[in-house]
Amino acid sequence: MAFIKAISYYLPERILTNEELVAEFPEWSVEKVAQKVGVEARHLAADNETAGDLAEKAARRLFDENGISPKTIDFVLLCTQSPDYFLPSTACLLQDRLGIPTSAGAFDYNLGCSGCVYGMALAKGLITAGIAKNVLLLTAETYNKYLHPADKSNRAIFGDGAAACLISTEGMAEIGNFSLGTDGRGADNLIVKTGASRQKAPTGLHTEDDEGHVWHDDYLYMNGGNIFNFTLDTVPSMIVDILEKNALALDQIDYFVFHQANKYMLDTIRKLCVLPRDKFYVNLSGTGNTVSSTVLIGIKDCLDRHVIQQGYKVMISGFGVGLSWGGTILNF
Amino acid sequence: MDINEFIVNFANQFDETDPDEIKADTKFHDLAEWSSLTGMGVIAMAKTIYGKTISGREIRECITVEDLFNLVAGK
Repeated sequence: MAFIKAISYYLPERILTNEELVAEFPEWSVEKVAQKVGVEARHLAADNETAGDLAEKAARRLFDENGISPKTIDFVLLCTQSPDYFLPSTACLLQDRLGIPTSAGAFDYNLGCSGCVYGMALAKGLITAGIAKNVLLLTAETYNKYLHPADKSNRAIFGDGAAACLISTEGMAEIGNFSLGTDGRGADNLIVKTGASRQKAPTGLHTEDDEGHVWHDDYLYMNGGNIFNFTLDTVPSMIVDILEKNALALDQIDYFVFHQANKYMLDTIRKLCVLPRDKFYVNLSGTGNTVSSTVLIGIKDCLDRHVIQQGYKVMISGFGVGLSWGGTILNF
Repeated sequence: MDINEFIVNFANQFDETDPDEIKADTKFHDLAEWSSLTGMGVIAMAKTIYGKTISGREIRECITVEDLFNLVAGK
């Protein structure tokens, strides 16, 4: 059995408000962004601040807030799509910077909005196989560095941030069985095309996508309509699969913490799946969509506000870039 | 599917546009409030109310509200 033992998170200092965004895009209104997207402000990493730096700060906060010694960590998993280097793994650098023993395993894995759930699946595997006892799961992303300055939609949605979670042989919430899935046919729907091995040099090119939006090769591109449809197709069946794999009925779930993509998408999922509003977490007003960190930030927020209590069965899920999705039950 | 009901549902996707302004022959891309966010709303409406999947490209190819109705009805 594997358990979540502690969660902390870190958001970078620079805050971008809707007022600042609307000053750049006067065709928008502050109220409209807040109402539809559900974001009033988002944090941005500084120019010299990487996902690795954010992850380090989240981990240090986890250690400080919970009296955890880095010496007890025997595995580091870092979920990021904005690593410090192509190589080595940023997780290896963090092992050293955090004072984690050299006997610990460490690696990065490349996932986005489903990344937190996959990290829990990996950590549970390591623990139940007896490979590790205290896994430090880190999720860190600086998508804003990938966004084109004129990409108002994504600049409104995405915030930078990092979360840290200790997964152990005992703790506050047992990690249940997983529903996971992948559909690489949708890879082009959320992609940064250049900079890696397929096309190393920037092309400077842009085209118009099938919705009429500009698609820059050298920046993050999201086909909003296709991602929206993917989510509405995938999440309802994933909820059923999570319930089946954990031998639970929907009315036995005390709370739902899903990836905080944007308020509009969450509201639509909730209505489509007929999930009770008072049990369905929606809170990204001060953070934006922090990609792989939203679920951990959400759980931490719910714990701090006593929304999630001992005895609760909490369904979590993530879905997005890949395309990739996953979910499980946390038994508090 | 009833087109009048569809027009009401479509008009509900707008916050500031007068529902009376929206008719079967309205060229919805020309409405001042129309945006990619409204497009998301129409995708969600097709899915949640009619159980149909339509894409952003298909919405873009429609000119009038009636075109949109025919798109969803034909799925």
